[in-house]
Amino acid sequence: MADTVALELVSPEKLLMSEEVELAILPGSEGDLGVQPGHSPVIATVRPGTIAVFKGNTVEKRIFVAGGFLEITPERCTVLAETAIAVEDIDQTAAKQEIADLQDDVKVAKDDAARAKAEAALAVAEAKLEAAVSPAYA
Amino acid sequence: MASLKDLKNRIASVQSTRRITSAMKMVAAAKLRKAQINAEAARPYAERMERMLGSLASGSKGENAPKLLAGTGKDDTHLIVLVSSDRGLCGGFNGNLARDVRNRIDSLTAAGKTVKLIIIGRKGVTLLKRDHADKIVATYEELSKPEPSFEGASEVCEKITDMFEAGEFDVCTLIYNKFVSALTQEVTPLQLIPFASEETGEAAEAGAGDAQYEYEPEEEAILEALLPKNLSVQAFRAMLESFASEQGARMTAMDNATRNAGDMINKLSITYNRTRQAQITSELIEIISGAEAL
Repeated sequence: MADTVALELVSPEKLLMSEEVELAILPGSEGDLGVQPGHSPVIATVRPGTIAVFKGNTVEKRIFVAGGFLEITPERCTVLAETAIAVEDIDQTAAKQEIADLQDDVKVAKDDAARAKAEAALAVAEAKLEAAVSPAYA
Repeated sequence: MASLKDLKNRIASVQSTRRITSAMKMVAAAKLRKAQINAEAARPYAERMERMLGSLASGSKGENAPKLLAGTGKDDTHLIVLVSSDRGLCGGFNGNLARDVRNRIDSLTAAGKTVKLIIIGRKGVTLLKRDHADKIVATYEELSKPEPSFEGASEVCEKITDMFEAGEFDVCTLIYNKFVSALTQEVTPLQLIPFASEETGEAAEAGAGDAQYEYEPEEEAILEALLPKNLSVQAFRAMLESFASEQGARMTAMDNATRNAGDMINKLSITYNRTRQAQITSELIEIISGAEAL
């Protein structure tokens, strides 16, 4: 059995990342999923959070995703994400500002649909800041 | 016969037209290259989503399958989503689309169905406003500016899903220009709702052959999240294709226009030269006959 698994990160606009990794931890909506070669096939939804790519025992790369879907087979792991950004590229002040703006949006939302939408966006923004402030698996 | 001065003006004006059309051709060629790259870059996502959807759909064909997948079971009201361009000067690009949509509307109405229209792109609105204004429920302009974005596609799809959930239509078809080559586009219908493409059938079979997937959360929950997303992906893909087709069509149209302008300049120059020669000859004859009379 190969000792690496092909990790692919795809956004609607383009293929963001495609490389062989030893271990990656993905934020599934019902808990984190550690992916190593030979993982049993899974299809799951992704919550806003950090994808951690491991090399040996240390994290080589952290990528923030704002939700999406993932498909795991023994040989590969595909993440369909709408937005993905490297954790070190997150602008913390901008993220804080975004949270403040969205909190206002939630307050002034006129109906339930608008409020739900704003709250979902707020959850993403908070997860983004969280990912930047306290990196996962440090 | 036109005077020399008139001819000169005509030549000048055709020349400046040619300059514009050839510039537009070059701009379209550059945009076309970019649009093609974009369309290619978007392919992996759509392919993978199709694969996931295929393996999911094979598992839930029963009665509790989501409506987006199975449809409402009727086909009384049809929603047609038309992807046209915002700008003109691209040959038969929008005309062909509009003709196809008109035929489709006619045959559907003849069969006693109700038709509703969503139009993306200003040109499509202009072309269909006269005959079918009562059928248009929504229009989107400048969505593909400067280039098609996924957000734009999602916006349209949100509207479609809202309408579907409100039971405003039963079948949804997207009509766009498929990019075949820079010279040819093909008006292509794509059925969005209910989701039923042959590719899914094949993918589903292939998926069934593969190892069985585990689902987290349950299949239905994933499917419910995945289907609207798939809608946006399909629409986005259509928009990208349409954008590439538009640039290709414009490039061809402008190339023809440039060539025509060149021909016209040649013809006008010949007329100009002949007229000038005739004038000179007649002046000479006047002088000579004047001298002879003395």
